[in-house]
Amino acid sequence: MKPHGAVSSNLLRLDPEVETERITSWIRETVFHALRRKGAVIAVSGGIDSSVVAYLCARALGNERIQLLFMPEADSSPHSLQLGRMVADALNAKSVLEDISPILDGAGCYQRRDDSIRLVVPEYGSEYKCKIVLPGLLDAGRYAIFSVVVQSPDGKTTKVRLTPDAYLGIVAATNFKQRTRKMMEYYYADLLQYAVAGTPNLLEYDQGFFVKNGDGAADFKPIAHLYKSQVYQLAAYLGVPEDILRRPPTTDTYTLEQSQEEFYFTLPYEQMDLCLYGKDHGISTSDLARASGMTEDLIERAYHMIEAKRKVAKYLHAPSLTMD
Amino acid sequence: MLQTIRKFVIDNYLFGEEGKLGDEDSFMETGIIDSTGILELVRFLETTYGIKVTDEELIPDNLDSVSKIASFILMKQSVSSQTAQEHSFRSSGEPRP
Repeated sequence: MKPHGAVSSNLLRLDPEVETERITSWIRETVFHALRRKGAVIAVSGGIDSSVVAYLCARALGNERIQLLFMPEADSSPHSLQLGRMVADALNAKSVLEDISPILDGAGCYQRRDDSIRLVVPEYGSEYKCKIVLPGLLDAGRYAIFSVVVQSPDGKTTKVRLTPDAYLGIVAATNFKQRTRKMMEYYYADLLQYAVAGTPNLLEYDQGFFVKNGDGAADFKPIAHLYKSQVYQLAAYLGVPEDILRRPPTTDTYTLEQSQEEFYFTLPYEQMDLCLYGKDHGISTSDLARASGMTEDLIERAYHMIEAKRKVAKYLHAPSLTMD
Repeated sequence: MLQTIRKFVIDNYLFGEEGKLGDEDSFMETGIIDSTGILELVRFLETTYGIKVTDEELIPDNLDSVSKIASFILMKQSVSSQTAQEHSFRSSGEPRP
């Protein structure tokens, strides 16, 4: 659905050249002066956000001052690594492959996750595939409650609503992945005296789509002020490979393909961007509906959801609290 | 029933602090229950009242306040007992071999 009309036609459009200059100046100032580090470590997932951050850091600091990391694990799509390598090749940057599966195995990540799934799908075994999903935002006004989708070795797919124990167990176990990656990023940051670049965009940052002390942790976050659609505009300007631009946003966390929409946002990112912008700029649901082509009902629900997710995100954003 | 539900909500989401939770207060508007909280609430209702909450029933009209939950439980129990009566009637009305 393309936005149209007076309110939305230019809502999220930016001048990529000006914005790139603004961000790269900020990265230089932040890394070299505020943080006094010699370069930046960037975990490259093969997705749009980390690719753009890598391109921006290379422009800002020089390609010899960035260290790219590929950190696949047993459940990662092999395609992600291919895309990540494209970025390293295009930037002629240092890159390291760190398979984090043994660390995750040692921490019991896979075992704990599978045990939690078996609370609701007793026959679930190591040959099965899985993902967890939310209903769509317009799904009869239902609460956004997670279900697990499992696929047996013979290809049969089953969807089961999660109990609290199963849901929390799956999330707690899979969060090892983001936290292990961050541990590895800081290993290289310590080794090279570099700063760790975070890769969330505004939608993810604002709505809490990150793991606390996992992908939510970083020394600087150069695109956390950009809507996802703006990240795409920058990516096109910076020359990020087409294959990455065309890849639908994915979590790459579960063995079944899982979009960010079904895992967290319940709406395509283009619509979520518009709703977030509309809510934060006091645009009424009727004005945004007229301009965007979305229904008022959908926007109303999205505004509610944004507020609800912000409440949950407060804990994720909170630093360690101390007494006065 | 109202008291049991209210106690569950206060114990689990208000950390035992009674505050001003009214029976009609919307959980969504007051922000006291998130999506994980709804999962806990559903488990509580299913185990306490012996009902099965379907996916279609997971809507604010049924679960967004203490009084809405109570009405929902009463409706579920009434449907369940009606079904049981009909089943019993059908069973007893069947011709014996």
